[in-house]
Amino acid sequence: MTMVATARQAKPGAVARFTVFARRNPTIVLGAALLAAMAVIAFVAPWIAGDAQLMAPINRLRPPSAEFWFGTDHLGRDVYARSVYGARISLIVGLSVAFVSVAVGLAIGLAAGYYRRLDGFVMRIMDGLMAIPAILLAIALVSLNKASIGIVIVAITIPEVPRVVRLVRSVVLTTREQPFIEAAVGGGSRDLKIIARHILPSTIAPLIVQATYITASAILIEAALSFLGAGVPPEIPTWGNMIAASRLYLAGAPWSIFFPGAALALVVLAVNLMGDGLRDRLDPRLARRM
Amino acid sequence: MIAYIVRRLLSMLPVMAVVALFVFLLLHLAPGDPAAIIAGDNATPANIDAIRKALGLDEPLWKQFLVWVASLLRGDLGRSIFWGDPVTTLIAQRAQPTASLALTTILVAVIIAIALGVTAAARAGTLLDRSVMAFAVMGFSVPVFVVGYVLIFVFAIQLRWLPVQGYTPLAEGVLPWLRNLTLPSIALGMAYVALIARITRATMLDVLAEDYMRTARAKGVAPRPMLLKHALKNAAVPIVTVIGIGIALLIGGVVITETVFNIPGIGRLVVDAIARRDYPIIQGVIIMFSGLYVLVNLLVDLSYTLLDPRIRY
Repeated sequence: MTMVATARQAKPGAVARFTVFARRNPTIVLGAALLAAMAVIAFVAPWIAGDAQLMAPINRLRPPSAEFWFGTDHLGRDVYARSVYGARISLIVGLSVAFVSVAVGLAIGLAAGYYRRLDGFVMRIMDGLMAIPAILLAIALVSLNKASIGIVIVAITIPEVPRVVRLVRSVVLTTREQPFIEAAVGGGSRDLKIIARHILPSTIAPLIVQATYITASAILIEAALSFLGAGVPPEIPTWGNMIAASRLYLAGAPWSIFFPGAALALVVLAVNLMGDGLRDRLDPRLARRM
Repeated sequence: MIAYIVRRLLSMLPVMAVVALFVFLLLHLAPGDPAAIIAGDNATPANIDAIRKALGLDEPLWKQFLVWVASLLRGDLGRSIFWGDPVTTLIAQRAQPTASLALTTILVAVIIAIALGVTAAARAGTLLDRSVMAFAVMGFSVPVFVVGYVLIFVFAIQLRWLPVQGYTPLAEGVLPWLRNLTLPSIALGMAYVALIARITRATMLDVLAEDYMRTARAKGVAPRPMLLKHALKNAAVPIVTVIGIGIALLIGGVVITETVFNIPGIGRLVVDAIARRDYPIIQGVIIMFSGLYVLVNLLVDLSYTLLDPRIRY
């Protein structure tokens, strides 16, 4: 919605160009629009939602109504307010994990792909890390530290890094055999310049696609960790925490589980749609395969 | 072939060594005293000392690691702090529900996913194809526990067709066992079906475009054997690869599914260990599941020779 609005205000021609883009890439536009709407909701949470922490036992387990749009939970807390605030944690964790794991994975992958002596050693470590199921690794990390958003982000990032390293390394390995790299080496360019100028650009398109998938999986893992009691502290309203707290009230108050669950599914769906669309657009070789 | 199998088995060693080293370092490089962390907030100094002694945390780091690896090689995963029993015993006690859940899910999911993928590829571009693909994206996006609670609400609470939660051992009859496993398997299998259906459709589309498929059609092979014998067989390698990689997805999902459906398996063991900070259990289960994952993917690699005679090791 916001995208259409800005496109209309722009000079004529922009609308037409946007329409063409939207028709060719419906999934990117739909995913981005959903995600943008969710980001706006998360940002303006204090203005559009009441107190997410307020317990009012007199109002407990109320079904959705004009007063409580999404009903209330077993402590009389407003499910709508908590769902709105939950968007904040999900988006912060999803985007931070994507950013950090791409940054770290890019650095390691460039080094491993370019300096062949490092390669064997680095990749053995990555193989080992990839063998550990992501949720279990995160559970181990969180259980050893005081629960906080920072630890959750680190715990989800570590298992994502090897996937980025593998991707970047494979791009570097094919790029470094190109004649223009040979020319740059022959021309006396320093390693850092070759990597930054000639190799880095080819990694960007696949990394953008990978980053969206990492965001989706990070949001899912964060919710799963919260749900299992190994995530951010239970008093913070996250979708996973809300579902965990309400699980005993499924029969009597399904809204207290289904609304945060639907919000979670919607955000992940939006990110995945964007990822699929970006992949089709940026990485035609992969697009044919999936 | 045998030389190759031996070589591949040996190549598991460095991977598992990294897993072991990492899991070990997690505990020892965590900020603060690991004994105090494990003991929890209400521990007395005596408790902490006892734990430190019990886990050998008063020894130098390298020595602790060697002692730990030596016991790992003997198949000893240490003792649970809460239960006092060996972790291997605790895992063995809870293996049946987890194995039942995982195996029924894999079996059903693979059959459904391949059927969906083949049908979608055979009718590429139709409404049916697009519905399958839309389902696949949804399957990736809806978390296991949300699917689980929706299924419980609809089929157990509203319709009362199936039990809400729990597990019935196989020894008490196949039917009760299956009744308890139906909903958890569907919830757990959703993402797995989506993953396999997508790769099946994509590979089938590639194969269907090959010259030999046109030849098959030209010489009058009926549509069904053409799809299943000529095409699916040639699409098998990437599909089996994804089935193997997807095991990682299932392992994470098992932990969550067992919590949703209150199944007393290995996943519950880990989740209960979180609140008790029973690190030896978490550590042991990680080692076991990682080993399982590496082993399954080794078997997948070996199956290539069966699926594609051109691949020889």
